[in-house]
Amino acid sequence: MKEYLKNTWEGIWTVLVGMKVTLKHLFVPSVTIQYPDVKLPLPERARNRLYVNMDDCIGCDQCARACPVDCIEIETVKALPTDDLGVTSNGKKKALWVTKFDIDIAKCCYCGLCTYPCPTECIYMTDVYEFSEYKREDLIYNFSVLTPQEAEEKKKNYEKFMAEKAAAKAKAAAAKAAQAKTDNPNNSDKK
Amino acid sequence: MYEYLNNIVGNEVITYFVVAALPLFLVVLPFALIAVLAERKVSAHMQDRLGPMRVGYHGILQTVADILKLIQKEDIIIPQADKKLFNLAPFLVFIGSYAVFAALPFSSKFIGTNAEVGIFYILAVSGFVVAGILMGGWASDNKYSLLGAMRSAAQIVSYEIPTAIVVLTLVMITGTLNLGTMSEQQTAYFWNWNILGGAGEGIQQILLIPFMVVAFTILFISTLAEVNRTPFDIPEAESELVAGFHTEYSGMKFAMFFLAEYANMFAVSAIIVSLLFGGYQSPFGYLGNTLGIPALIPFEQLFWFLSKGVFFVFVQMWLRWTLPRLRVDQLMTVCWKYLIPYAVFNLLIVGIITLI
Repeated sequence: MKEYLKNTWEGIWTVLVGMKVTLKHLFVPSVTIQYPDVKLPLPERARNRLYVNMDDCIGCDQCARACPVDCIEIETVKALPTDDLGVTSNGKKKALWVTKFDIDIAKCCYCGLCTYPCPTECIYMTDVYEFSEYKREDLIYNFSVLTPQEAEEKKKNYEKFMAEKAAAKAKAAAAKAAQAKTDNPNNSDKK
Repeated sequence: MYEYLNNIVGNEVITYFVVAALPLFLVVLPFALIAVLAERKVSAHMQDRLGPMRVGYHGILQTVADILKLIQKEDIIIPQADKKLFNLAPFLVFIGSYAVFAALPFSSKFIGTNAEVGIFYILAVSGFVVAGILMGGWASDNKYSLLGAMRSAAQIVSYEIPTAIVVLTLVMITGTLNLGTMSEQQTAYFWNWNILGGAGEGIQQILLIPFMVVAFTILFISTLAEVNRTPFDIPEAESELVAGFHTEYSGMKFAMFFLAEYANMFAVSAIIVSLLFGGYQSPFGYLGNTLGIPALIPFEQLFWFLSKGVFFVFVQMWLRWTLPRLRVDQLMTVCWKYLIPYAVFNLLIVGIITLI
């Protein structure tokens, strides 16, 4: 009988204690935020979407080699001596046309290893973390500032230049050889 | 109310329809609209969340959007279901909870029917709900629905007993079954309310107070169980039975069950209010009396009745977000081993006190 009454009392009392707790929480400011409208600040070194500042990129390919999942693809073409590509922000002279700089962000594992070797610090992690797409192809980001036509043109220019150079070289070599032959024909056996 | 409308309209049939529809459009629908939102807001803030925030200022139009969505939904009736009973069940449940509103004294001038057997009628008519739930569960041809319906029937039938005993206790004190008369007896100030011993005199009133508190506790718990809300929501038990007896319902039929649940919440709160908390009576006297405008009094009474009812609905929500669900055996233990003995002893003691 005593236990029965104690049970009843405890039942009612514990419910009242619980109700006090929930009532207190009714007036506690909520911990949730209105996400798309309000965003929590990210930590300073948070790693999210990659970005490449193409003004500073010298096309050295070090980031692509550092990438453990091979999500960066870079193709470069050497610039002609007549081309002026300008200098990077830390004073390095650019010597390559970057004809292709693709990052497949779907493959990216956000390790940040590509950002460390970059000599000009032009590839870095931004604080953008909402970039879902409907198509997988849309997750391949093209950073190259050159249009495909321009890239093709640079490539052709370079090939032409190289061909000319090779031709000139061959011509010069031939001329040199011919001259050497005429100068001292006996020396050729000495080597 | 009835005479007044009859004078305006001049036709008995139309008057009956208007009087019957008034609580639906004045109380039940607006209440359900507000209570669904309030439930979500109260639950959210009790868990330190914000709840719906997108539709309108702080999400106040969320329920309207939900209703628009429910109206557009397809009404799925599974081929195995017993179509007639399946279609009838939600309406029966709603009739059961809406019929209760006929006898509730909203104010001294606004009682659907001022029947002499008011509270008895309410207890009887709430049996419709059991029939509707059992019908819906059985006709769904779904094991979860059937289990939920059977649990619900067992629960409601069990908890009617302590409810009835407590109501009997109060009928013994007030000497009437008429809810309107009961409210009138608790007039003037809050110390005349039944929870504080009623309008009796001297020692009897003081002696009654602790037993009225016990009566209130029992009545609140058992009516809470009758409307199938947490901690007594084992008929719906989301984690065990999907959604209980309304698992197979969709669209507007589901909305009917939902509406019935919220109508029921208000109905039982209103019963508690009219039995123990002075019904439509103001706790501090009326503004209409002070200002000398008697026409204001019925509206004040309506306000007090609704705000007291809404307060108890809030307590129900509060309790819902405080306690986890009971097990089936615990539920039966609470009813048969605790509530009924206490209610019977309470009845005996109150009977002795009223004899003094």
